[in-house]
Parts: sequence; C-alpha cells; structure tokens
Amino acid sequence: MSRLTTAFTKGHPALVTFVTAGDPHPGATPAILDALVAGGADVIELGMPFTDPMADGPAIQAANLRALAAHTTTADIFRIAADFRTRHDVPLVLMGYANPMVSRGAEWFAAECAKAGVDGVICVDIPPEEDSELGPALRAAGVALIRLATPTSDAARLPAILDGSSGFLYYVSVAGITGKQQAAQASIEAAVALLKGATSLPIAVGFGVRTPEQAAKIAQVADGVVVGSALVEIVAEYGENAPDAVRELTQALADAVHSARDKAPA
Amino acid sequence: MPRLSPMVTALPHCRRERISIVGIEVRKPGLCWTLASASAKRARMTSVPAPAANSFRNQPDERGHFGQFGGRYVAETLMPLILELEREYTRAKADPSFAAEFDDLLEHYVGRPSPLYFAPRLTEELGGAQVWFKRDELNHTGAHKINNCVGQILLAIRMGKTRIIAETGAGQHGVATATVCARFGLPCVIYMGAKDVERQAPNVFRMKLLGAEVIPVKSGACTLKDAMNDALRDWVANVHDTFYIIGTAAGPHPYPELVRDFQSVIGKEARAQLLARTGRLPDLLVAAIGGGSNAIGLFHPFLDDPSVKMLGVEAAGHGLDKEHAASLAGGRPGILHGNKTYLLQDEDGQITEAHSISAGLDYPGIGPEHSWLKDIGRVDYTSVTDVEALEAFQLLCRTEGIIPALEPSHAIAAVRKVAPTMAKDQIILANLCGRGDKDIFTVADALGVEL
Repeated sequence: MSRLTTAFTKGHPALVTFVTAGDPHPGATPAILDALVAGGADVIELGMPFTDPMADGPAIQAANLRALAAHTTTADIFRIAADFRTRHDVPLVLMGYANPMVSRGAEWFAAECAKAGVDGVICVDIPPEEDSELGPALRAAGVALIRLATPTSDAARLPAILDGSSGFLYYVSVAGITGKQQAAQASIEAAVALLKGATSLPIAVGFGVRTPEQAAKIAQVADGVVVGSALVEIVAEYGENAPDAVRELTQALADAVHSARDKAPA
Repeated sequence: MPRLSPMVTALPHCRRERISIVGIEVRKPGLCWTLASASAKRARMTSVPAPAANSFRNQPDERGHFGQFGGRYVAETLMPLILELEREYTRAKADPSFAAEFDDLLEHYVGRPSPLYFAPRLTEELGGAQVWFKRDELNHTGAHKINNCVGQILLAIRMGKTRIIAETGAGQHGVATATVCARFGLPCVIYMGAKDVERQAPNVFRMKLLGAEVIPVKSGACTLKDAMNDALRDWVANVHDTFYIIGTAAGPHPYPELVRDFQSVIGKEARAQLLARTGRLPDLLVAAIGGGSNAIGLFHPFLDDPSVKMLGVEAAGHGLDKEHAASLAGGRPGILHGNKTYLLQDEDGQITEAHSISAGLDYPGIGPEHSWLKDIGRVDYTSVTDVEALEAFQLLCRTEGIIPALEPSHAIAAVRKVAPTMAKDQIILANLCGRGDKDIFTVADALGVEL
C-alpha cells in the first residue's frame, strides 16, 4: 500500500498541511517539517517556490518571495525531501507551478521525485488538457499526480479531471486564491457529495481553512482537510523559531480533524 | 443577459469622412451608407486570400497550440470559463453582426483605416529601401491597443459579463480598456504595478478620468508581470461575472488567437493600401515586440506571401549580455501566464525580471505565435538597445515630424540598420503602433533634459 493510501485509511480523516520549501531559508525547512510530523500531520505538501505564484494569496506569495530571496533552488527542495524521507514515513507531496517542474523536462522531474521519496505532485497550472507530459512521466515513475477540482468543476468536467488522477483529489473549496475567503459548509458538503459520486479517491478539502473548528466541520464529510496559509503565517512571524508554534497549531488541527467523526452529529 | 442589439446593423450611418477605395481617396460628404454596406466595403478593401491547407495562417490547432507553444496552462477554476470563451469566440466569428459591429466601431470610434504613409525624408536619410509606415499611432487613444479592446469588450458583452479587468504596464492597454468600458458603461478595474503607477502618472489619471479603478500592484517587482498575476488572481475569484481583457497576443488559448485576429486589421489594411498605392507587396515588414500583438497584427495577413520577409524587434534594454526584455534572443521555452512560450528565466525555471526603456516592451515573455514563427523560421527576430531606440525616436521626430512611442522606436531603429542594405526600389513597411506623447518624460530623462 502506498504511503498516500495509508494516510487516508487510518480510520479517521487526514490532516494535510502545507508549508513553502526554503521559507525563510532552506536550512530552516527540515525542522519545520519535523514539527508538522510531531504535531500529527498525515500528509505534508511542500510548496515549491515560484516567482509568479498567481493562484496564491498574500501569505503564500510572501513565503515564495522569502524562499527565493534566500536562494532556494530545485536541488535544495529535492535534498530537503530526500532527507525527510530518511527520517519519516509521512507522505510528502510537492505542490507548485508548472515552469519550475518542467524546466529540465517532465521526465527529469519525475525521476528526481521518485529518487527523493516524493509521493505525489500537485501542479496548479497544468489542467488535464495540457497534461501530455508531466502526468505520464510521474505515473511511469510511480509518483501520484494529484489533481484539483474546484467550485467551477461541474459533473461534465469531472471525468477529465479524474482521468489520470491518483493519490487523492484536492477540492479547492473557493473560486479564488489561497488563504482568503472560506467556503460555506453547505457548499463544501454538496461538492464532496458530488465528487464522491464520481471517484473512489479520497477527497481532501482546502483553501481558506484556518482553525481547528473549521477543520473539524469539514472533516465530518471529507477524507482530508488541507491547511496552508495559517501555517505559512506562523513561519512568516517566527522565522527560524517557527517549529514550536507550527507544532502547536498542527497538533490542535490534528486533534480536531482526527476526532471530527467521534462525536455524535449535532 | 445584456446583449448588444443586432438592430444597429440596420441603421443608416452617415459617412462624412473620406472614403478610401483601393487607395484612391474620394470625398463624399453627406453620403449615407448602411452599416452592412460599409462593412462589405471594408471586407473588399482588406481582403486577403483565404489560407490554403499548408498555410502559415492556420494556427493554432484545435487545442490552442502553435506547434509546441501556446495552450491553456491555467488553474482548474478558470478552465470552464476559458472553454466557454473559446466556444463564444467561435460563435462570434461565424456571426456577421459581430463583425459588422466590430468594423463599425473601428471605423467611427477608433478612426480606421489608419493611413499608410511613405516617409520621404527618412528614406532619403537612410539611403536605401523606401520606408513606409502604418500609422496606428493615429488611432483613438494613440496606439494599436484599442483594436483589440473593442473586439474583446464585444465578446464580454456577448458572454453576459458585467465587469471588466485588465493588466497594464505603461498604461496604454489600461487606457484603451478604460476607454471601451466607458463607451459601453461597464465597470473597469485595471491592475498596474506600483512602480509603473509612479512612472506613468498621466496614464493613471487618464484611466481614472475614464471611470476606471486603478489598483497599484505591490507584489513581486511591482511591474507588468506582477500586474498580470494580480489580474489572474482577481479573475479566478470573480469568474462568474468578470471578463479579463488581456492586452497582448499571449495568455491562455483562445487569447493569442483572438487578439491576433482583432489586431490583424493592421496587416489587412496595410496589405490592401500598399497594393493600391504601389501595385506590389512590401519586401520587408518590421514591428516591435513586447508581447507581440502589433507585430502579429501586421505580419499575419502576409504570412503566406513568400516574397514578404518579416522582422520582429525585441527590446535589448541595456544589452543582451545585461538586463533586457528579449525573450526570443535570451530566453528559452517555458510556461507562464497561461501559455507555453519563450521566457526569460533561470535554470530552475524562475522568471527573471525584464528591462526596457519602453514600459510596453518590459515583459519577460512573448506571444506564443511568435515563438512558433521563430522556430519554423518564417519570421526573423532581432533586438535593439535602449540607446538605439532613443536615437531612432529622435530621428523620426527630426525627419518626419512624427513623435513615435518608445515601442515603435525599436522598430524604427531596426529599419535604420536594415534600410541602407536594401535597394532603393525595395519597400519596408513598419508599424508605427503608438505615439510618443506618453514617453516625453522618459525620453527627456534619458537625454538629461529637465522639464
């Protein structure tokens, strides 16, 4: 069973956490990842910084710029991932934009992912229509391509999104950028129901999820909850000293998500 | 859903201006035409043979690709809208009332056809080929940008969109967008890098006068690329009611195609005008390239004329070995802002900052069709530096009494190099895509003059 599959079959919903690699500098990332694991994250998304993160809100934009200002390279990211894999079994997913991923060729990128023990890849700006290279290369290397579904993905479009998707399906709960608005619980529930009818992949819901309370509500219907900007803001505030605060928030989120279905429904 | 009333096509319109049929200008004051006959005449005047099967004018393919370039590299949230835009554009192309309304606005609002002008003193000074200019700087708002904005706002209205956004660098596209929004009564938000807001205060004021909201973008390097990022962020959050009027022949499919089509009026007119005036086609076309919309607009109708050579001119800034904006000369293929194209980037695929004295050329990418035309060798591309463009700017002022924008000054600099190497009976047709009023402060500053 793959590490990603394991993460979604623990008998409770999964907490998926996001931080940007190299923020505030490449040497600081390993301790932040360790804090996410210690806090109970079930899946870790490691953001690949990009100069033009056009799907991200202010918090993650700033994290991208901090990482690049600290000269974070693609090689640094794979080094961080490979070292992480020697310490932990938690699945690691690289998330980012197309250009840094395909810059040396999709096959090179897929091979590096496999070598570093990366379990999956989320590429924000390669829709299924343009996925003739990255997806096939990743699949051939045994790395999951995790696609995004959004509030604008209607039933007619879902088959295209799901074709070639693996690992889990990431439901972007708001039409917008990361970290800004949050979606109404009812719309999340309706969307998850629609997606569940179309795929057996686990559904993780993200964008705008900041607090344990919100996360717990979403975890009542989704297989996973993604929290990114709230963690990235802690890194922005504490820099190198972020691990303690990152672990604390992760712990609170993990407790809420893992126990979300224990309570009797209200 | 608000739609433009097709009834306008039935209204008689008065043409009091000159009527230019095959280049002979006839004064017919007070003569009334219906729009349909005006547009039929325009079609005659600008007719270009239909593309053959092996045509260079059949791009992009049905998936929006120009060879390996172009495509639709956007976030999933935008995909349904991008696909809907493509369907609507296909319907619009097949709808004669769309073409009629577009042609009518270009004629009566923009002031087309723009003149084709033989530049005698510049030709004499350079001592080689005859230099002709397509005078798109005489358009309403002072540049070619308005051609595209008219087309896109008509599409936006067809799609029932009620809010317009755009990005702008120097402010020319922002002004053109604000102009058509005022004309059609739609709210307009312009994203402009905070640095450009400072550098281009007169255009910011123009946009505000026209009723647009100008949002200074403080992310990244605070210039055009960052303005485009923020426009995309707005769009993704407001897909339900918002239309994004992209200013150049780049971005996700179908933008490169539709911007090219709207701008092709430049080349269609120029081809017919030159044929009428000289009985022949030009030997060389020259146009400046940032994103490349004025160049593709001039080149495209000539692509299947094998005797016509073409030269696109990128901005070499301080020099190709220093900071510049020449994506074809100094970049390599990559993915940004919805399309695959040549980009200025480092080995990790991080986008590098462009530099040009001309804010309109100051962009690290280029339209995907140019990337394709470069790779197949149909169009030659060169670059000129800030200094060469400044010299050309002054040369045109002095020899022809025309103050060009800094963007076409790059084309003029290339003409200055190539004309002396050509025979006196050969013809160069260059696109004068914008006027220089907006640039006088930049030029004065570069020349060390205090205003």
